[in-house]
Amino acid sequence: MHMADALLAPAVAATMYVASGTATGISLHKLKKEDDPAKLPTMAVTAALVFAGQMINYTIPGTGSSGHMCGGMLLSALLGPQAGFLSMVVILTIQCLLFGDGGLMALGANIWNMAFYGCFVGYYLIWRPIMKSGLFKGMGPKGGQRAKILLASVLGCVITLQLGAFSVVLETSLSGITELPFGAFVALMQPIHLAIGLIEGLVTAAVLLFVFESRPELLKDADTSDEKVKGKFSLKATIAILAVIVLLVGGGLSLLASGNPDGLEWALFGNAEEGYAENMGLDEEDFGVKSGAADTAGAIQEKTALLPDYAFPESESPAGTSFSGVVGSALVAGVALLICVAGGFFRKKKKA
Amino acid sequence: MNKMEKALHELSEMDELAAGASPIHRLCAPGKLLTTIAYIAVVLSFHKYELSGMLALLLYPVLLFQISGVSVGSFFYKLRIVLPLVMAVGLFNPFFDRQILVTVGGVGVSGGVISMLTLMLKGVLCLMASYLLMATTPIDVLCAALRKFHIPGTLVTLLLLTYRYIGVMTEELATMTEAYHLRAPGQKGIHVSAWGSFLGQLLLRSMDRAEELYNSMLLRGYHQHFHYAPVKPCTWKDGAVTLCSIALFLLLRFCNVAELLGGLFVR
Repeated sequence: MHMADALLAPAVAATMYVASGTATGISLHKLKKEDDPAKLPTMAVTAALVFAGQMINYTIPGTGSSGHMCGGMLLSALLGPQAGFLSMVVILTIQCLLFGDGGLMALGANIWNMAFYGCFVGYYLIWRPIMKSGLFKGMGPKGGQRAKILLASVLGCVITLQLGAFSVVLETSLSGITELPFGAFVALMQPIHLAIGLIEGLVTAAVLLFVFESRPELLKDADTSDEKVKGKFSLKATIAILAVIVLLVGGGLSLLASGNPDGLEWALFGNAEEGYAENMGLDEEDFGVKSGAADTAGAIQEKTALLPDYAFPESESPAGTSFSGVVGSALVAGVALLICVAGGFFRKKKKA
Repeated sequence: MNKMEKALHELSEMDELAAGASPIHRLCAPGKLLTTIAYIAVVLSFHKYELSGMLALLLYPVLLFQISGVSVGSFFYKLRIVLPLVMAVGLFNPFFDRQILVTVGGVGVSGGVISMLTLMLKGVLCLMASYLLMATTPIDVLCAALRKFHIPGTLVTLLLLTYRYIGVMTEELATMTEAYHLRAPGQKGIHVSAWGSFLGQLLLRSMDRAEELYNSMLLRGYHQHFHYAPVKPCTWKDGAVTLCSIALFLLLRFCNVAELLGGLFVR
């Protein structure tokens, strides 16, 4: 879900930087108030582990495919929302700088889409309310806790991923990058991320449940008072039940989707005229580069030009992609090639 | 080579590249950071149909690649992550925007095709810029530059510490994955019975080790301040290079050089 720089207009990128910057500032302030310098190495080590852990493939039972883990929920359940958010910020920065995953300008948007939703929304609206609720009382204290961890992780991952995917659509559409209508784009992104979210949620739950079994005190908001009571919760049974629910829901959704071919199909085949109208309205005035230099040199050009009377039907196109533009682009490519050749030549000379 | 080993390889490759000694490597880091941000901002500000105008901006990274001697091969390898999403978004443009904007050799090219190409070029140029920054600047020097821009020390220290530990953790997990797969031949990923314990065990061990790490940091004189790389002061030369570069970007932004060059030959 990492957005590349190319998908954003500068104004949208700047807005997202301000939003993510504010969240980072608040988190730093809260962390400073806690005054626990020992937390910094823990955050760094956990962030590094989550970074590497996201590369592990987990086999999804019954299918040939595999899934990954969700970092935001895991970090905020272990470190708290603020520290988790900062760790995610750092992970995303490193991914962007060293692995080319995302982009320097899109970093603000990526932090918002993945870290903010994953840590703040995931923790305050999902993890904490569920962990503190009286749900699953019938399963005994420990069994209830486990069921709550599972529910919170799966719900958290699904909802935060949906929010993130929706934000990607919103940011890209606001940037005016894609011609894909908003509705169709949403219909394309959300279902894919629903499936991803469910799998990520289950993997994250498995890791958190392991931590709960061995060191429950590490988990935020987990009740560790009644540890001796044996629960009747089984991870395998729950995963099996959840898998059946997923299949049913997935099957139902796909039936619904094919029954109402709105979304993408409608946008692709039924709405072409509207798309045209929009495009025509958009670019009437903005463009067309007037080159004064070209005018003044007109007379000389008339004589020196290779193809003096060569005219194209759309040579006054708003895009600045007239024939001279095409020729010029080829020249630019030629100059680039020349730089490469010259660079190679000088380097060889230096070595010799 | 599994995914994690590839990531380790990529990390060490970036480290090696950044340790070079070309004139670009010697430029001061805050200047390079500013130039990169300005370049990306200028690239992004081009409209979706201004393909020819944007093409001239390709010259800048090409020049930098040549002066710095950074290999282009590993840059293309990095494109595999960025391009798919950009292409997925841009691929629909030709379907929706069919207005013919330019005719080349009798073949009409629609606005959608041009905007798709513009989008892809934007993706490549932006990645080139940040790749060149990282390939010519070691991460600790960049962190020191971030501090100069008043990015909070806690965040920068966290960035540097995490970076150091990413190598350790990725190596550990790569070994674990290798060992797991040797004992479970023919299996694609981690079996559901080990979903929690596989990462969980390493997680618990690492969180314990973080405590020892903090103690050792204290013993070495850590006092909530981190000493970054020795920072080379920015000279007037660095300033001039930065200013000239930014002025060049603005010039290329407002004046379509490709169009002008073409105009000399075609009327």
